[in-house]
Amino acid sequence: MKPGTKLKSVVCDTEVMVIRAGEGVIACGGAPMAEERPAERGAIDPAFAEGTRIGKRYVDAAATVELLCVKPGQGSLSLDGVALQTKDAKPLPASD
Amino acid sequence: MNIALILQMAAEAEADRIALVCDGRRWSHGTLLRAAEGAARVIRGSGATHVALLDESSEAATIALFGAALAGIPYVPLNYRLADPDLAALLGRIAPAFIIGDSDRVARLSPDPGHNVHPRADFVALAEAAADGPALDETEETIAVQLFTSGTTAAPKAALLRHANLLSYILGTIEFASAPEDEATLVSVPPYHIAGIAALLSSIYAMRRILLLPAFDPDAWLALVAAERATNAFVVPTMLSRIVAAIDAGNTADISSLRAIAYGGGRMPLELIDRALDLFPNTGFANAYGLTETSSTVALLGPDEHRAAHRSDDPEVRARLGSVGRPLPTIELEIRDEAGQKLAQGERGEIYVRGDQVSGEYKERSALDAEGWFPTRDAGWLDAEGYLFLAGRADDVIVRGGENISPGEIEDVLLTHAAIADAAAVAVASAEWGEAVGIAVACRPDHDRPGEAELCALIKDRLRSSRVPERVVFVDALPYNEMGKLLRREVRKLFQD
Repeated sequence: MKPGTKLKSVVCDTEVMVIRAGEGVIACGGAPMAEERPAERGAIDPAFAEGTRIGKRYVDAAATVELLCVKPGQGSLSLDGVALQTKDAKPLPASD
Repeated sequence: MNIALILQMAAEAEADRIALVCDGRRWSHGTLLRAAEGAARVIRGSGATHVALLDESSEAATIALFGAALAGIPYVPLNYRLADPDLAALLGRIAPAFIIGDSDRVARLSPDPGHNVHPRADFVALAEAAADGPALDETEETIAVQLFTSGTTAAPKAALLRHANLLSYILGTIEFASAPEDEATLVSVPPYHIAGIAALLSSIYAMRRILLLPAFDPDAWLALVAAERATNAFVVPTMLSRIVAAIDAGNTADISSLRAIAYGGGRMPLELIDRALDLFPNTGFANAYGLTETSSTVALLGPDEHRAAHRSDDPEVRARLGSVGRPLPTIELEIRDEAGQKLAQGERGEIYVRGDQVSGEYKERSALDAEGWFPTRDAGWLDAEGYLFLAGRADDVIVRGGENISPGEIEDVLLTHAAIADAAAVAVASAEWGEAVGIAVACRPDHDRPGEAELCALIKDRLRSSRVPERVVFVDALPYNEMGKLLRREVRKLFQD
């Protein structure tokens, strides 16, 4: 996995682009994400069902992994079973 | 990574929201994406190695930018203002190209077969006709845009901006869909300038509606602000000067919607920004400093900093109105001497930058050093709070008997003279010193021309004797390019006799 890789949820519509790649298993809706979506979707783990929002960036507490949600879905993201949090960028004034 | 992601995300989130207004036609994210996908199919079928635009701003530039990205072929917007021989040379460097725009001129200047040329309307029609088609395979191409630098000192270089550079700039500085629905930004910079490309990418990612003004004219600019209730705009200093002049001349367009004006691309005269801050009391101004090779902005003087400097009695705070602000959080910036050693705060040297958005790469070679730093060739210094002040191009330094003299310090002193409207200092040949200072001065029409001795005395008093000009010429106006950049090579010619 390297920056720019796109990962798809195997249980919902979520797609993310890797901004910062790190160690560990990235999952959505409780199931590991993959570069290709399988023909049959699995079930969303209710513990990871808060949904993803397009354009939001998701990070782990140690900021080793950062993902950009490019398509939203019903599952939520995790790294090695720990839920990722959205990262709030400090907005800059429009400059162009 | 691919910059097409920007338009794909906007279309995914709000397909029907208006992204672009040009010549009265409104384009939604969804229709733009479909046209870009169609363009990508047409471009891939052409066998071209570059996608060039030889045209003013229009929807075609946006469709071409994203279409080329989806096709995986570098996009090369060309400066249509170039003289024929210069443009012919660039057309030769990108053959065979898929070219959008002035087909007659291409046929005349570059008749060599291999180019695939389409006038603007034909290109848009072709792209829309191919909007429904087979899915496009993802591309492995990493170069998004190739821009020829303006070449104010030498022949244009082909700067390469990779998808990763541009996406890093956008993702690092803008929150997706952060613009409220009523926001619209007036874009009047030409499509071949990095600011024109950055404006498209950042506005679409923020979902700020783009209002294109293909040919800048101050009255047309003011009319478009009023008609579309523009909230944002990007201008070069020359444009702001002409807008202020139009208002002073009696243009009463309703510009109350304008919340933010960003500027960059050339030196902003202090007097002009002061005047603009008075004239637009409720507008936030932002000064953006960046280069083609850095994917646009690397330092920014924000609205609050403008107002604080404008109001301040503290000379150090007030001086910041003449700075380009502080580096973006995603950028590292250092001032270095000629040996590459980092200089202390307050010392003038060459500006180096590092960050994911910095390409620093030309087709022929990369200018990055081993640690990834890009030497900008711009000279500058940092104040105690980290505000960056520009001091001309590093190449513009005048070397008088081994002493380095920055033109900016001399020009700043000259501009304090009430009779002087504009001034440039350049190196002139000197038998005694190798190089010495020559100044070209434009006077205000309502003032008497100051004597040479008076100007020499002013510089000697404020600086030191080595800065005193050996040659002085008076001109009606100094030569600038259309982006407001002073053409120093033209100023130097004033002293060649």
